[in-house]
Amino acid sequence: MTRKIIPIGPYHPLQEEPEFFKLHVDGETVVDIDMELGYNHRLIEKIAEAKNFDQVTFLVERICGICSTSHPFAYVNAIDDLLGIQVPERALYIRTIIGELERVHSHLLWLGLAGHFLGYNTVWMWAWRYREPVLDIFERIAGNRQNYAMMKPGGVRRDMFEEDFPWIKKTLKDLIPKVDMFKGAVMDDPVIHARTEGIGVLTKEDVHQYSVVGPTARASGVAIDVRKNDPYAAYDKVEWKVIIHEGGDVYSKAVVRILELYESINIILQCLDKMPKGPIDSGIKDMPPGEGIGRHEAPRGEVIHYVMSDGGNSPARHKIRAPSYMNVASNKKAVIGETISDATIILAAVDPCYCCTERMAVVDYKTGKKLMDGQDLVRLSQEKTEKLRNRRVI
Amino acid sequence: MNLRLKALTKSIWVYHMSTGSCNNCDIEILDLLTPRFDVERFGITLVGSIRHADAILVTGSLNLKTIPRIKAIYEQAPKPCVIIAIGACSCGQGIFKNGPNCPNPVDSILPINVYIPGCPPKPEAMIAGIVKLIEALQGKK
Repeated sequence: MTRKIIPIGPYHPLQEEPEFFKLHVDGETVVDIDMELGYNHRLIEKIAEAKNFDQVTFLVERICGICSTSHPFAYVNAIDDLLGIQVPERALYIRTIIGELERVHSHLLWLGLAGHFLGYNTVWMWAWRYREPVLDIFERIAGNRQNYAMMKPGGVRRDMFEEDFPWIKKTLKDLIPKVDMFKGAVMDDPVIHARTEGIGVLTKEDVHQYSVVGPTARASGVAIDVRKNDPYAAYDKVEWKVIIHEGGDVYSKAVVRILELYESINIILQCLDKMPKGPIDSGIKDMPPGEGIGRHEAPRGEVIHYVMSDGGNSPARHKIRAPSYMNVASNKKAVIGETISDATIILAAVDPCYCCTERMAVVDYKTGKKLMDGQDLVRLSQEKTEKLRNRRVI
Repeated sequence: MNLRLKALTKSIWVYHMSTGSCNNCDIEILDLLTPRFDVERFGITLVGSIRHADAILVTGSLNLKTIPRIKAIYEQAPKPCVIIAIGACSCGQGIFKNGPNCPNPVDSILPINVYIPGCPPKPEAMIAGIVKLIEALQGKK
Protein backbone atom coordinates (compact mmCIF):
# COMPACT_ATOMS: atom_id res chain seq x y z
CA MET A 1 0.00 0.00 0.00
CA THR A 2 1.44 3.33 -0.98
CA ARG A 3 0.46 6.26 1.10
CA LYS A 4 0.94 9.71 -0.28
CA ILE A 5 0.45 13.07 1.30
CA ILE A 6 -1.27 15.87 -0.55
CA PRO A 7 -0.58 19.25 1.03
CA ILE A 8 -3.30 21.88 0.76
CA GLY A 9 -1.98 25.26 1.78
CA PRO A 10 -0.97 27.29 3.63
CA TYR A 11 -1.35 29.50 0.54
CA HIS A 12 -3.64 27.74 -1.84
CA PRO A 13 -6.13 29.02 -4.44
CA LEU A 14 -8.86 27.06 -2.69
CA GLN A 15 -8.68 29.05 0.49
CA GLU A 16 -9.10 32.66 1.31
CA GLU A 17 -7.23 32.26 4.53
CA PRO A 18 -3.83 30.70 5.16
CA GLU A 19 -4.40 27.21 6.49
CA PHE A 20 -2.56 23.95 6.11
CA PHE A 21 -4.22 20.61 5.49
CA LYS A 22 -2.34 17.39 4.91
CA LEU A 23 -4.45 14.80 3.16
CA HIS A 24 -3.02 11.30 3.50
CA VAL A 25 -4.27 9.43 0.47
CA ASP A 26 -4.19 5.87 -0.75
CA GLY A 27 -4.93 6.07 -4.45
CA GLU A 28 -8.06 8.19 -4.64
CA THR A 29 -9.22 7.62 -1.10
CA VAL A 30 -8.44 9.90 1.79
CA VAL A 31 -7.23 7.79 4.71
CA ASP A 32 -6.21 10.47 7.15
CA ILE A 33 -6.17 14.22 7.54
CA ASP A 34 -3.92 16.55 9.50
CA MET A 35 -4.70 20.15 10.16
CA GLU A 36 -2.17 22.76 11.10
CA LEU A 37 -3.47 25.98 12.54
CA GLY A 38 -1.74 29.16 13.58
CA TYR A 39 -1.35 31.21 10.42
CA ASN A 40 -3.97 33.64 11.61
CA HIS A 41 -3.09 33.75 15.28
CA ARG A 42 -3.10 37.30 16.59
CA LEU A 43 -3.30 36.83 20.39
CA ILE A 44 -6.56 38.73 20.63
CA GLU A 45 -7.37 37.50 24.13
CA LYS A 46 -4.09 38.98 25.35
CA ILE A 47 -4.58 42.28 23.55
CA ALA A 48 -8.06 42.50 25.10
CA GLU A 49 -6.47 42.60 28.55
CA ALA A 50 -4.74 45.85 27.62
CA LYS A 51 -7.84 47.61 26.27
CA ASN A 52 -10.73 49.07 28.21
CA PHE A 53 -14.17 47.47 28.19
CA ASP A 54 -15.50 49.78 25.50
CA GLN A 55 -12.53 49.28 23.19
CA VAL A 56 -12.72 45.49 23.45
CA THR A 57 -15.99 45.62 21.50
CA PHE A 58 -14.07 46.97 18.52
CA LEU A 59 -11.23 44.51 19.03
CA VAL A 60 -13.46 41.42 19.05
CA GLU A 61 -15.20 42.77 15.98
CA ARG A 62 -11.92 42.25 14.17
CA ILE A 63 -11.59 38.59 15.14
CA CYS A 64 -13.49 37.69 12.04
CA GLY A 65 -14.79 39.79 9.23
CA ILE A 66 -17.64 37.53 8.24
CA CYS A 67 -19.05 37.20 11.75
CA SER A 68 -18.08 40.73 12.66
CA THR A 69 -21.14 41.25 14.81
CA SER A 70 -21.31 37.80 16.39
CA HIS A 71 -18.26 38.28 18.56
CA PRO A 72 -19.27 41.76 19.80
CA PHE A 73 -22.79 40.40 20.35
CA ALA A 74 -21.51 37.59 22.59
CA TYR A 75 -19.14 40.03 24.29
CA VAL A 76 -21.83 42.57 25.16
CA ASN A 77 -24.03 39.69 26.37
CA ALA A 78 -21.17 38.72 28.69
CA ILE A 79 -20.81 42.28 30.01
CA ASP A 80 -24.58 42.59 30.51
CA ASP A 81 -24.44 39.28 32.39
CA LEU A 82 -21.53 40.54 34.50
CA LEU A 83 -23.38 43.71 35.43
CA GLY A 84 -26.80 42.08 35.69
CA ILE A 85 -28.46 45.03 33.98
CA GLN A 86 -31.60 45.23 31.87
CA VAL A 87 -30.81 46.48 28.38
CA PRO A 88 -33.44 48.84 26.86
CA GLU A 89 -36.02 47.04 24.71
CA ARG A 90 -35.25 49.00 21.55
CA ALA A 91 -31.56 48.15 21.78
CA LEU A 92 -32.42 44.44 22.01
CA TYR A 93 -34.43 44.65 18.80
CA ILE A 94 -31.67 46.52 16.99
CA ARG A 95 -29.13 43.93 18.13
CA THR A 96 -31.36 41.14 16.83
CA ILE A 97 -31.78 42.83 13.45
CA ILE A 98 -28.03 43.29 13.02
CA GLY A 99 -27.34 39.71 14.10
CA GLU A 100 -29.84 38.28 11.63
CA LEU A 101 -28.76 40.53 8.75
CA GLU A 102 -25.31 39.16 9.30
CA ARG A 103 -26.61 35.60 9.08
CA VAL A 104 -28.26 36.42 5.75
CA HIS A 105 -25.06 37.86 4.29
CA SER A 106 -22.89 35.07 5.71
CA HIS A 107 -25.09 32.23 4.43
CA LEU A 108 -25.26 33.82 0.98
CA LEU A 109 -21.50 34.14 1.02
CA TRP A 110 -21.12 30.46 1.96
CA LEU A 111 -23.56 29.44 -0.74
CA GLY A 112 -21.53 31.30 -3.32
CA LEU A 113 -18.25 29.77 -2.16
CA ALA A 114 -19.76 26.28 -2.07
CA GLY A 115 -20.93 26.77 -5.66
CA HIS A 116 -17.41 27.90 -6.55
CA PHE A 117 -15.87 24.79 -4.96
CA LEU A 118 -18.28 22.55 -6.85
CA GLY A 119 -17.44 24.27 -10.12
CA TYR A 120 -20.63 26.30 -10.37
CA ASN A 121 -19.13 29.74 -10.77
CA THR A 122 -22.52 31.10 -11.83
CA VAL A 123 -23.89 30.30 -8.38
CA TRP A 124 -20.92 32.11 -6.88
CA MET A 125 -21.52 35.24 -8.95
CA TRP A 126 -25.27 35.24 -8.34
CA ALA A 127 -25.09 34.60 -4.63
CA TRP A 128 -22.60 37.43 -4.19
CA ARG A 129 -24.65 39.72 -6.39
CA TYR A 130 -27.75 39.18 -4.26
CA ARG A 131 -25.66 39.64 -1.14
CA GLU A 132 -24.90 43.25 -2.13
CA PRO A 133 -28.35 44.64 -1.18
CA VAL A 134 -27.81 43.22 2.33
CA LEU A 135 -24.51 45.10 2.54
CA ASP A 136 -26.38 48.22 1.35
CA ILE A 137 -28.74 47.83 4.31
CA PHE A 138 -25.72 47.64 6.60
CA GLU A 139 -24.26 50.73 5.01
CA ARG A 140 -27.52 52.61 5.56
CA ILE A 141 -27.81 51.52 9.21
CA ALA A 142 -24.19 51.53 10.36
CA GLY A 143 -22.28 53.49 7.74
CA ASN A 144 -19.98 50.65 6.76
CA ARG A 145 -20.37 47.56 4.63
CA GLN A 146 -18.46 45.37 7.06
CA ASN A 147 -17.45 45.96 10.69
CA TYR A 148 -20.69 47.65 11.71
CA ALA A 149 -19.64 48.77 15.23
CA MET A 150 -23.25 48.66 16.42
CA MET A 151 -22.77 46.81 19.68
CA LYS A 152 -22.00 48.54 22.94
CA PRO A 153 -22.07 47.17 26.50
CA GLY A 154 -25.53 48.01 27.83
CA GLY A 155 -27.09 48.96 24.51
CA VAL A 156 -26.27 49.81 20.94
CA ARG A 157 -24.05 52.54 19.57
CA ARG A 158 -26.46 54.12 17.10
CA ASP A 159 -30.17 54.20 16.56
CA MET A 160 -32.13 53.06 13.53
CA PHE A 161 -34.38 55.55 11.80
CA GLU A 162 -38.06 54.86 11.14
CA GLU A 163 -37.77 56.48 7.67
CA ASP A 164 -35.45 53.68 6.58
CA PHE A 165 -37.78 50.84 7.56
CA PRO A 166 -39.95 50.71 4.39
CA TRP A 167 -36.82 50.62 2.22
CA ILE A 168 -35.19 47.90 4.37
CA LYS A 169 -38.40 45.83 4.26
CA LYS A 170 -38.67 46.17 0.51
CA THR A 171 -35.03 45.20 -0.04
CA LEU A 172 -35.44 42.10 2.12
CA LYS A 173 -38.71 41.09 0.48
CA ASP A 174 -37.03 41.42 -2.90
CA LEU A 175 -34.44 38.94 -1.68
CA ILE A 176 -37.01 36.17 -1.07
CA PRO A 177 -37.58 35.28 -4.78
CA LYS A 178 -33.79 35.09 -5.20
CA VAL A 179 -33.53 32.66 -2.28
CA ASP A 180 -36.35 30.66 -3.91
CA MET A 181 -34.20 30.50 -7.00
CA PHE A 182 -31.21 29.17 -5.04
CA LYS A 183 -33.45 26.68 -3.28
CA GLY A 184 -34.60 25.43 -6.67
CA ALA A 185 -31.05 25.34 -7.98
CA VAL A 186 -29.84 23.20 -5.09
CA MET A 187 -32.87 20.97 -4.57
CA ASP A 188 -33.70 20.22 -8.21
CA ASP A 189 -30.30 20.05 -9.86
CA PRO A 190 -29.31 16.39 -10.42
CA VAL A 191 -25.61 17.23 -10.64
CA ILE A 192 -25.56 19.02 -7.29
CA HIS A 193 -27.48 16.06 -5.83
CA ALA A 194 -24.88 13.66 -7.17
CA ARG A 195 -21.99 15.77 -5.85
CA THR A 196 -23.37 16.43 -2.39
CA GLU A 197 -25.78 13.68 -1.34
CA GLY A 198 -24.28 11.02 0.90
CA ILE A 199 -20.94 12.85 0.86
CA GLY A 200 -19.16 13.66 4.11
CA VAL A 201 -21.83 12.23 6.36
CA LEU A 202 -21.71 13.28 10.00
CA THR A 203 -24.00 11.12 12.14
CA LYS A 204 -25.78 12.24 15.29
CA GLU A 205 -23.24 10.32 17.41
CA ASP A 206 -20.35 12.10 15.67
CA VAL A 207 -22.03 15.42 16.35
CA HIS A 208 -22.21 14.66 20.06
CA GLN A 209 -18.72 13.18 20.12
CA TYR A 210 -17.09 16.16 18.44
CA SER A 211 -19.36 18.78 20.11
CA VAL A 212 -20.28 20.17 16.72
CA VAL A 213 -22.43 23.33 16.79
CA GLY A 214 -24.48 25.48 14.46
CA PRO A 215 -25.81 24.55 11.03
CA THR A 216 -23.31 21.68 10.80
CA ALA A 217 -25.01 20.03 13.80
CA ARG A 218 -28.52 21.00 12.72
CA ALA A 219 -27.91 19.30 9.36
CA SER A 220 -27.36 16.06 11.28
CA GLY A 221 -30.70 16.31 13.03
CA VAL A 222 -29.51 17.84 16.31
CA ALA A 223 -31.70 20.79 17.25
CA ILE A 224 -29.03 22.94 18.88
CA ASP A 225 -29.54 26.67 18.61
CA VAL A 226 -28.73 29.18 21.35
CA ARG A 227 -31.41 31.54 20.09
CA LYS A 228 -34.04 28.93 21.03
CA ASN A 229 -32.35 27.03 23.85
CA ASP A 230 -31.32 30.07 25.85
CA PRO A 231 -33.13 33.08 24.37
CA TYR A 232 -31.45 36.45 24.56
CA ALA A 233 -32.00 39.83 22.85
CA ALA A 234 -35.41 39.78 21.12
CA TYR A 235 -35.37 36.17 19.92
CA ASP A 236 -38.12 35.11 22.36
CA LYS A 237 -40.35 37.98 21.26
CA VAL A 238 -40.65 36.91 17.62
CA GLU A 239 -42.01 33.81 15.92
CA TRP A 240 -39.51 31.55 14.20
CA LYS A 241 -38.44 27.93 14.12
CA VAL A 242 -35.16 26.03 14.26
CA ILE A 243 -34.33 24.39 10.92
CA ILE A 244 -33.11 20.82 11.13
CA HIS A 245 -32.39 18.24 8.48
CA GLU A 246 -31.65 14.58 9.03
CA GLY A 247 -29.10 13.73 6.33
CA GLY A 248 -25.81 14.90 7.86
CA ASP A 249 -24.22 15.16 4.41
CA VAL A 250 -23.10 18.20 2.45
CA TYR A 251 -26.52 18.45 0.80
CA SER A 252 -28.27 18.73 4.18
CA LYS A 253 -25.85 21.43 5.26
CA ALA A 254 -26.68 23.45 2.16
CA VAL A 255 -30.43 22.95 2.65
CA VAL A 256 -30.29 23.99 6.31
CA ARG A 257 -28.46 27.19 5.40
CA ILE A 258 -30.86 28.06 2.58
CA LEU A 259 -33.93 27.48 4.75
CA GLU A 260 -32.35 29.53 7.54
CA LEU A 261 -32.22 32.47 5.14
CA TYR A 262 -36.04 32.54 5.11
CA GLU A 263 -36.18 32.38 8.91
CA SER A 264 -33.67 35.21 9.28
CA ILE A 265 -35.54 37.45 6.85
CA ASN A 266 -38.73 36.59 8.73
CA ILE A 267 -37.16 37.54 12.08
CA ILE A 268 -35.88 40.88 10.74
CA LEU A 269 -39.28 41.81 9.25
CA GLN A 270 -41.03 40.99 12.54
CA CYS A 271 -38.47 42.99 14.54
CA LEU A 272 -38.93 46.03 12.28
CA ASP A 273 -42.70 45.85 12.90
CA LYS A 274 -42.52 45.29 16.63
CA MET A 275 -39.65 47.61 17.54
CA PRO A 276 -40.71 49.93 20.39
CA LYS A 277 -39.57 53.52 20.79
CA GLY A 278 -37.33 54.52 23.65
CA PRO A 279 -33.71 54.80 24.77
CA ILE A 280 -31.00 52.65 23.16
CA ASP A 281 -28.40 52.76 25.90
CA SER A 282 -28.53 51.99 29.60
CA GLY A 283 -25.52 54.21 30.37
CA ILE A 284 -23.10 52.01 32.27
CA LYS A 285 -21.07 54.07 34.73
CA ASP A 286 -19.10 51.57 36.75
CA MET A 287 -17.64 48.14 36.21
CA PRO A 288 -17.72 46.03 39.39
CA PRO A 289 -15.55 42.93 39.90
CA GLY A 290 -17.19 39.74 38.73
CA GLU A 291 -17.49 37.42 35.80
CA GLY A 292 -19.95 37.04 32.97
CA ILE A 293 -20.66 34.63 30.15
CA GLY A 294 -22.25 35.68 26.89
CA ARG A 295 -23.47 33.48 24.09
CA HIS A 296 -24.67 34.16 20.60
CA GLU A 297 -25.69 31.92 17.74
CA ALA A 298 -23.30 33.08 15.03
CA PRO A 299 -23.92 32.02 11.41
CA ARG A 300 -21.52 29.13 12.05
CA GLY A 301 -22.71 28.13 15.51
CA GLU A 302 -22.44 29.10 19.12
CA VAL A 303 -19.92 31.77 20.15
CA ILE A 304 -19.05 31.97 23.83
CA HIS A 305 -17.30 34.89 25.46
CA TYR A 306 -16.22 34.80 29.07
CA VAL A 307 -15.17 38.05 30.70
CA MET A 308 -13.67 38.45 34.14
CA SER A 309 -13.39 41.87 35.70
CA ASP A 310 -11.31 42.76 38.74
CA GLY A 311 -12.95 46.14 39.10
CA GLY A 312 -10.35 47.84 36.90
CA ASN A 313 -10.60 49.48 33.54
CA SER A 314 -9.94 46.45 31.37
CA PRO A 315 -10.91 42.78 31.48
CA ALA A 316 -8.69 40.69 33.75
CA ARG A 317 -9.39 37.68 31.55
CA HIS A 318 -11.25 37.41 28.29
CA LYS A 319 -11.85 33.95 26.88
CA ILE A 320 -13.32 33.36 23.44
CA ARG A 321 -14.59 30.15 21.94
CA ALA A 322 -15.53 30.36 18.29
CA PRO A 323 -17.81 27.81 16.59
CA SER A 324 -15.35 26.75 13.87
CA TYR A 325 -13.00 25.51 16.57
CA MET A 326 -15.48 22.71 17.26
CA ASN A 327 -16.64 22.24 13.68
CA VAL A 328 -13.27 22.00 11.94
CA ALA A 329 -12.27 18.97 14.02
CA SER A 330 -15.31 17.09 12.72
CA ASN A 331 -13.65 17.12 9.28
CA LYS A 332 -11.59 14.23 10.53
CA LYS A 333 -14.75 12.15 10.76
CA ALA A 334 -16.37 13.43 7.57
CA VAL A 335 -13.43 13.35 5.14
CA ILE A 336 -11.84 9.97 5.88
CA GLY A 337 -12.97 7.36 3.38
CA GLU A 338 -14.08 9.87 0.77
CA THR A 339 -12.28 10.68 -2.47
CA ILE A 340 -9.88 13.58 -2.92
CA SER A 341 -12.23 15.43 -5.24
CA ASP A 342 -14.96 15.42 -2.62
CA ALA A 343 -12.59 16.50 0.15
CA THR A 344 -12.76 20.13 -0.93
CA ILE A 345 -16.49 20.53 -0.60
CA ILE A 346 -16.53 18.55 2.64
CA LEU A 347 -13.87 20.80 4.15
CA ALA A 348 -15.84 23.81 2.96
CA ALA A 349 -19.22 22.47 4.07
CA VAL A 350 -18.67 23.27 7.74
CA ASP A 351 -18.13 26.90 6.65
CA PRO A 352 -14.74 27.03 8.33
CA CYS A 353 -13.54 30.33 9.61
CA TYR A 354 -9.95 30.04 10.72
CA CYS A 355 -9.43 33.57 11.85
CA CYS A 356 -11.86 32.84 14.69
CA THR A 357 -10.33 29.52 15.49
CA GLU A 358 -6.62 30.06 16.00
CA ARG A 359 -5.21 28.55 19.14
CA MET A 360 -1.73 28.23 20.50
CA ALA A 361 0.47 25.29 21.51
CA VAL A 362 4.09 25.73 22.49
CA VAL A 363 6.37 23.48 20.41
CA ASP A 364 10.14 23.03 20.57
CA TYR A 365 11.39 24.23 17.19
CA LYS A 366 14.40 21.90 16.91
CA THR A 367 12.97 18.58 17.99
CA GLY A 368 9.41 19.30 16.92
CA LYS A 369 8.32 17.99 20.27
CA LYS A 370 5.43 19.58 22.04
CA LEU A 371 6.70 21.19 25.20
CA MET A 372 3.27 22.01 26.38
CA ASP A 373 0.24 20.13 25.28
CA GLY A 374 -3.39 20.92 25.84
CA GLN A 375 -3.32 19.67 29.43
CA ASP A 376 -0.34 21.82 30.35
CA LEU A 377 -2.02 24.85 28.85
CA VAL A 378 -5.17 24.05 30.80
CA ARG A 379 -3.07 23.78 33.96
CA LEU A 380 -1.38 27.13 33.22
CA SER A 381 -4.71 28.74 32.57
CA GLN A 382 -6.14 27.34 35.80
CA GLU A 383 -3.15 28.62 37.72
CA LYS A 384 -3.72 32.02 36.21
CA THR A 385 -7.37 31.95 37.20
CA GLU A 386 -6.31 31.01 40.72
CA LYS A 387 -3.91 33.95 40.83
CA LEU A 388 -6.58 36.31 39.60
CA ARG A 389 -9.06 34.94 42.08
CA ASN A 390 -6.66 35.79 44.88
CA ARG A 391 -6.11 39.25 43.45
CA ARG A 392 -9.78 40.03 43.12
CA VAL A 393 -11.24 42.40 45.66
CA ILE A 394 -14.67 41.24 46.65
CA MET B 1 9.12 53.45 -20.71
CA ASN B 2 10.36 50.02 -19.87
CA LEU B 3 8.49 47.45 -21.95
CA ARG B 4 7.97 45.15 -19.02
CA LEU B 5 6.54 47.97 -16.94
CA LYS B 6 4.29 48.97 -19.82
CA ALA B 7 2.97 45.44 -20.06
CA LEU B 8 2.28 45.52 -16.34
CA THR B 9 -0.20 48.38 -16.75
CA LYS B 10 -2.41 46.57 -19.24
CA SER B 11 -4.32 43.82 -17.53
CA ILE B 12 -3.17 43.24 -14.00
CA TRP B 13 -3.45 39.71 -12.69
CA VAL B 14 -3.55 39.75 -8.94
CA TYR B 15 -2.60 37.19 -6.34
CA HIS B 16 -4.29 37.45 -2.99
CA MET B 17 -2.10 36.89 0.05
CA SER B 18 -3.70 36.89 3.47
CA THR B 19 -1.07 37.27 6.16
CA GLY B 20 -3.35 36.62 9.10
CA SER B 21 -6.24 38.92 8.44
CA CYS B 22 -9.79 38.87 9.76
CA ASN B 23 -11.28 38.00 6.35
CA ASN B 24 -12.97 41.35 5.87
CA CYS B 25 -10.54 42.73 3.31
CA ASP B 26 -10.43 39.29 1.69
CA ILE B 27 -14.16 39.12 1.09
CA GLU B 28 -14.14 42.69 -0.16
CA ILE B 29 -11.44 41.69 -2.67
CA LEU B 30 -13.63 38.80 -3.86
CA ASP B 31 -16.52 41.26 -3.95
CA LEU B 32 -14.59 43.25 -6.55
CA LEU B 33 -14.77 40.30 -8.93
CA THR B 34 -18.51 39.72 -8.55
CA PRO B 35 -21.15 41.40 -10.72
CA ARG B 36 -21.67 44.72 -8.93
CA PHE B 37 -18.07 45.93 -9.27
CA ASP B 38 -16.76 43.41 -11.78
CA VAL B 39 -13.16 44.47 -12.25
CA GLU B 40 -12.70 41.69 -14.78
CA ARG B 41 -13.99 44.29 -17.25
CA PHE B 42 -10.57 45.91 -16.93
CA GLY B 43 -8.67 42.67 -17.27
CA ILE B 44 -8.03 42.36 -13.56
CA THR B 45 -8.50 38.81 -12.36
CA LEU B 46 -7.54 36.70 -9.39
CA VAL B 47 -5.01 33.96 -10.09
CA GLY B 48 -4.31 30.89 -8.01
CA SER B 49 -0.54 30.78 -8.43
CA ILE B 50 1.96 33.48 -7.59
CA ARG B 51 3.92 32.57 -10.74
CA HIS B 52 1.13 34.01 -12.90
CA ALA B 53 0.72 37.21 -10.95
CA ASP B 54 1.58 40.82 -11.79
CA ALA B 55 0.46 42.21 -8.45
CA ILE B 56 0.19 40.90 -4.92
CA LEU B 57 -2.66 42.05 -2.71
CA VAL B 58 -1.51 41.82 0.91
CA THR B 59 -4.06 41.81 3.70
CA GLY B 60 -3.70 41.24 7.41
CA SER B 61 -1.31 41.89 10.21
CA LEU B 62 1.61 39.55 9.43
CA ASN B 63 2.09 37.28 12.41
CA LEU B 64 5.28 35.45 13.29
CA LYS B 65 4.31 32.17 11.68
CA THR B 66 3.49 33.63 8.29
CA ILE B 67 6.68 35.72 7.82
CA PRO B 68 8.87 32.92 6.31
CA ARG B 69 5.99 31.82 4.05
CA ILE B 70 5.39 35.36 2.84
CA LYS B 71 9.09 35.76 2.01
CA ALA B 72 9.08 32.46 0.11
CA ILE B 73 6.03 33.51 -1.90
CA TYR B 74 7.52 36.90 -2.74
CA GLU B 75 10.71 35.25 -3.98
CA GLN B 76 8.70 33.14 -6.40
CA ALA B 77 6.87 36.11 -7.87
CA PRO B 78 7.93 37.13 -11.39
CA LYS B 79 9.53 40.58 -11.31
CA PRO B 80 8.63 43.38 -11.83
CA CYS B 81 5.75 42.89 -9.47
CA VAL B 82 3.74 45.50 -7.60
CA ILE B 83 2.58 44.98 -4.03
CA ILE B 84 -0.62 46.55 -2.81
CA ALA B 85 -1.33 46.68 0.92
CA ILE B 86 -5.06 46.54 1.57
CA GLY B 87 -6.64 47.45 4.88
CA ALA B 88 -5.55 49.09 8.10
CA CYS B 89 -3.67 46.00 9.34
CA SER B 90 -1.29 45.71 6.43
CA CYS B 91 -0.89 49.49 6.07
CA GLY B 92 0.04 50.16 9.68
CA GLN B 93 -0.82 47.13 11.81
CA GLY B 94 -4.16 48.64 12.83
CA ILE B 95 -5.64 47.46 16.10
CA PHE B 96 -2.98 44.76 16.48
CA LYS B 97 -0.15 47.28 16.72
CA ASN B 98 0.75 46.28 20.26
CA GLY B 99 -0.10 42.64 19.75
CA PRO B 100 2.73 40.34 20.90
CA ASN B 101 2.29 38.02 17.92
CA CYS B 102 2.31 40.73 15.24
CA PRO B 103 5.55 42.66 15.92
CA ASN B 104 6.53 43.44 12.30
CA PRO B 105 4.64 45.76 10.01
CA VAL B 106 4.13 44.33 6.52
CA ASP B 107 6.26 47.04 4.92
CA SER B 108 9.28 45.95 6.96
CA ILE B 109 9.22 42.61 5.11
CA LEU B 110 7.85 43.46 1.65
CA PRO B 111 8.42 46.56 -0.53
CA ILE B 112 4.91 47.99 -0.70
CA ASN B 113 3.96 50.18 -3.69
CA VAL B 114 0.42 51.22 -2.82
CA TYR B 115 -1.37 51.60 0.50
CA ILE B 116 -5.16 51.40 0.57
CA PRO B 117 -6.29 52.17 4.12
CA GLY B 118 -9.68 51.40 5.64
CA CYS B 119 -11.14 48.72 7.86
CA PRO B 120 -12.04 47.27 5.43
CA PRO B 121 -11.56 49.65 2.48
CA LYS B 122 -14.63 49.94 0.29
CA PRO B 123 -14.39 48.26 -3.12
CA GLU B 124 -14.51 51.73 -4.69
CA ALA B 125 -11.43 52.70 -2.69
CA MET B 126 -9.61 49.62 -3.92
CA ILE B 127 -10.47 50.45 -7.54
CA ALA B 128 -9.29 54.05 -7.00
CA GLY B 129 -6.03 52.75 -5.54
CA ILE B 130 -5.38 50.52 -8.53
CA VAL B 131 -6.17 53.35 -10.95
CA LYS B 132 -3.64 55.57 -9.15
CA LEU B 133 -1.11 52.74 -9.31
CA ILE B 134 -1.54 52.40 -13.07
CA GLU B 135 -1.16 56.15 -13.51
CA ALA B 136 2.02 56.09 -11.46
CA LEU B 137 3.42 53.21 -13.51
CA GLN B 138 2.68 55.12 -16.70
CA GLY B 139 4.61 58.05 -15.29
CA LYS B 140 1.63 60.42 -15.28
CA LYS B 141 2.13 61.29 -11.64
